[in-house]
Amino acid sequence: MKMVEAIVKPFKLDEVKEALTKAGIQGMTVEEVKGFGRQKGHTELYRGAEYSVDFLPKVKIQILVPDEKAAEVVQVITDSAKTGKIGDGKIFVTNVEEVVRIRTGEKGADAI
Amino acid sequence: MNRGRSRNIFVSVAVGLWMTLLTGLSFSAEEAKAPEPAKVEAPAAAPAAPAAPATPAAAAPAPKLPPYFTTTSPDPKAPLWPDPTGANSGVWATPAGDAKGDVPDKLSIQDVYDRMAHNLYSINYVWALVAGFLVMFMQAGFMLVETGLCRAKNASHTAAMNLMVYPLGCLAFWVYGFAIGWGNWWNGPVPPGWYPSLGPGLSVLNEGWGLGAAVDAAGAATGAFTYGLIGLKGWFLTGAVGDAGVLVLFFFMMVFMDTTATIPTGAMAERWSWKNFCLFGLWVALPYCLYGNWVWGGGWLAQGGVNWGLGHGAVDFAGSGVVHSMGGVIALAGAMVIGPRIGKFNAQGKPNAMPGHDVPMVVLGTFILAFGWFGFNPGSTLAGTDLRISYVVVNTMLAGIVGALAAMVTLMMKGLKPDTTMMCNGMLAGLVAITAPCAFVDPWAAAVIGLVAGWLVVESVFFWEARGIDDPVGAISVHGVNGLWGVISVGIFATGQYGAGWNGVVRDAMVKQYGADGVRGLLYGDFSQFIMQLIDAGTVAIFGFVMAYVWFKISDMITPIRVSKEVEMEGLDGPEMGVLGYPDFQLHSGAKMVE
Repeated sequence: MKMVEAIVKPFKLDEVKEALTKAGIQGMTVEEVKGFGRQKGHTELYRGAEYSVDFLPKVKIQILVPDEKAAEVVQVITDSAKTGKIGDGKIFVTNVEEVVRIRTGEKGADAI
Repeated sequence: MNRGRSRNIFVSVAVGLWMTLLTGLSFSAEEAKAPEPAKVEAPAAAPAAPAAPATPAAAAPAPKLPPYFTTTSPDPKAPLWPDPTGANSGVWATPAGDAKGDVPDKLSIQDVYDRMAHNLYSINYVWALVAGFLVMFMQAGFMLVETGLCRAKNASHTAAMNLMVYPLGCLAFWVYGFAIGWGNWWNGPVPPGWYPSLGPGLSVLNEGWGLGAAVDAAGAATGAFTYGLIGLKGWFLTGAVGDAGVLVLFFFMMVFMDTTATIPTGAMAERWSWKNFCLFGLWVALPYCLYGNWVWGGGWLAQGGVNWGLGHGAVDFAGSGVVHSMGGVIALAGAMVIGPRIGKFNAQGKPNAMPGHDVPMVVLGTFILAFGWFGFNPGSTLAGTDLRISYVVVNTMLAGIVGALAAMVTLMMKGLKPDTTMMCNGMLAGLVAITAPCAFVDPWAAAVIGLVAGWLVVESVFFWEARGIDDPVGAISVHGVNGLWGVISVGIFATGQYGAGWNGVVRDAMVKQYGADGVRGLLYGDFSQFIMQLIDAGTVAIFGFVMAYVWFKISDMITPIRVSKEVEMEGLDGPEMGVLGYPDFQLHSGAKMVE
């Protein structure tokens, strides 16, 4: 099993979700997060004075998928979250050791 | 707020008396003066208008007037005023106050006139009171603007200051403020034939102190002074001033003062300790009412016309100077003594932005203030029967909208975006600036005054910030700087159409040249009015600033003016108020589920 974590622009969330649903993904976890990358945030103006926004708001999507589905999910997210501009985000894929469905106690692939 | 304005209420009665006087005056002035043609007057050439026409002895052959105009009680042992019910101001038709019943063909002309006069007073009472309600509601506007421009961690504290400055200020105004501000109102300079719009009961406001006590023909003190400095009657509104008209004046002046009181809470927000703020709330009536006495209470600035021949003396219709400049310079002194918020300026002194937490709240507050201004300015006629109120309303509106537009254009011409909060400041700046001249200028001038105000407020915000003064809401720029601009603008744009005899000034040369001696700026032929407005603006800037600076230094020794560094970093809501503005912003476990 793989955990696909994607950090995307907040306004792209709906598009990403719809694309993933179409690709057969049945569930996901979404968080509002803040962070920065190579641009180190950006500056804004308030009453004529500049201030830097170090941590920009992003949305983090977590999707648990069987190994063979991971590449497709990554592609779907890449396509749907892309604007081509700085700050589109990143996708991380990691191995998952164990999954348990709390209600039934099922484990492994059955619990996805 | 001044008394010249109610002149035209009782035109029918006043005209006869006035014409008699004017004729007399012009003859005497003619004889005294050299035959050179009357150009714009040199100060010395202004005829000495009677300083205290409240004693109408000069108008000896005056027709018999009802006591509510002469304010002389027929039986001195049973004075008609103070009059707690208003029953002595004409006759209340229903139920007939004079027990005549209201059978029209049984009523004499005098009876009818008594009823009419009572109705005029009634209209003026209701107008002043309803306008005062609108002004009181401006407290809500101030709360929204100031709180919205603060950070969320100080929202409860900022809102609480705006709440409590109302009771604290009102208490002080009731105890001592009204007495020192308006205690000698009756003895201020007024034009011949003038009647108070709120009725004869205001004649009980007749004790004060100043330099150069005036005496009547018999050598007895009249209660008037050449240079009035302070009023001394009306403490706690005791029975001596227990008059229905006095209470209208008290209410209206009280809600005005609270506008001044709530201006510094914005400039000093996010770091002002609560106890020190409470002391301030009880103190602010002192500088406000002293200066109020000088301009609105018949004091030495109002007397600048009769004493020095400078226009009509200080003219400030609804308080660009008395209310807004005073609040703004107190805010400046406070912001200087308390210092900038932690993190506002970096090590090189460059300002950092500290964005307000709720911009829609700021806009709502701005609208409430703009709405309240329709009480603030036209209500200052203290007379719904003064038809100039339509000019006042339209001028107020135009200055406000042009102010917002000018702020927007100024920002965009600087290459900045049209910052929402600065456009709010621009609208308020236009409204502040038009407050003094609103009754005296033409609509085009109101737009120009608003234009300058909207530009000025943007420049001023940057100016103070570049000098290390931290004013989170722009109160110094909106109220202080533009209040002074408003005072000065009277001396430029006043047309002379309104305010004849204002502050007791009726100059023969002006009457001859223009038909009446209204308030007139330098564009309309009276340069001396401009000088007087400069004197007035300088007085409020220096007096208000010095009083406030000394006060904040002293009160800092009584209880520290500023919260500790730790409290400021955490936010004042919890440590100072014990109540968070937005508890849901904090991570907490919430209420425990009960099994």
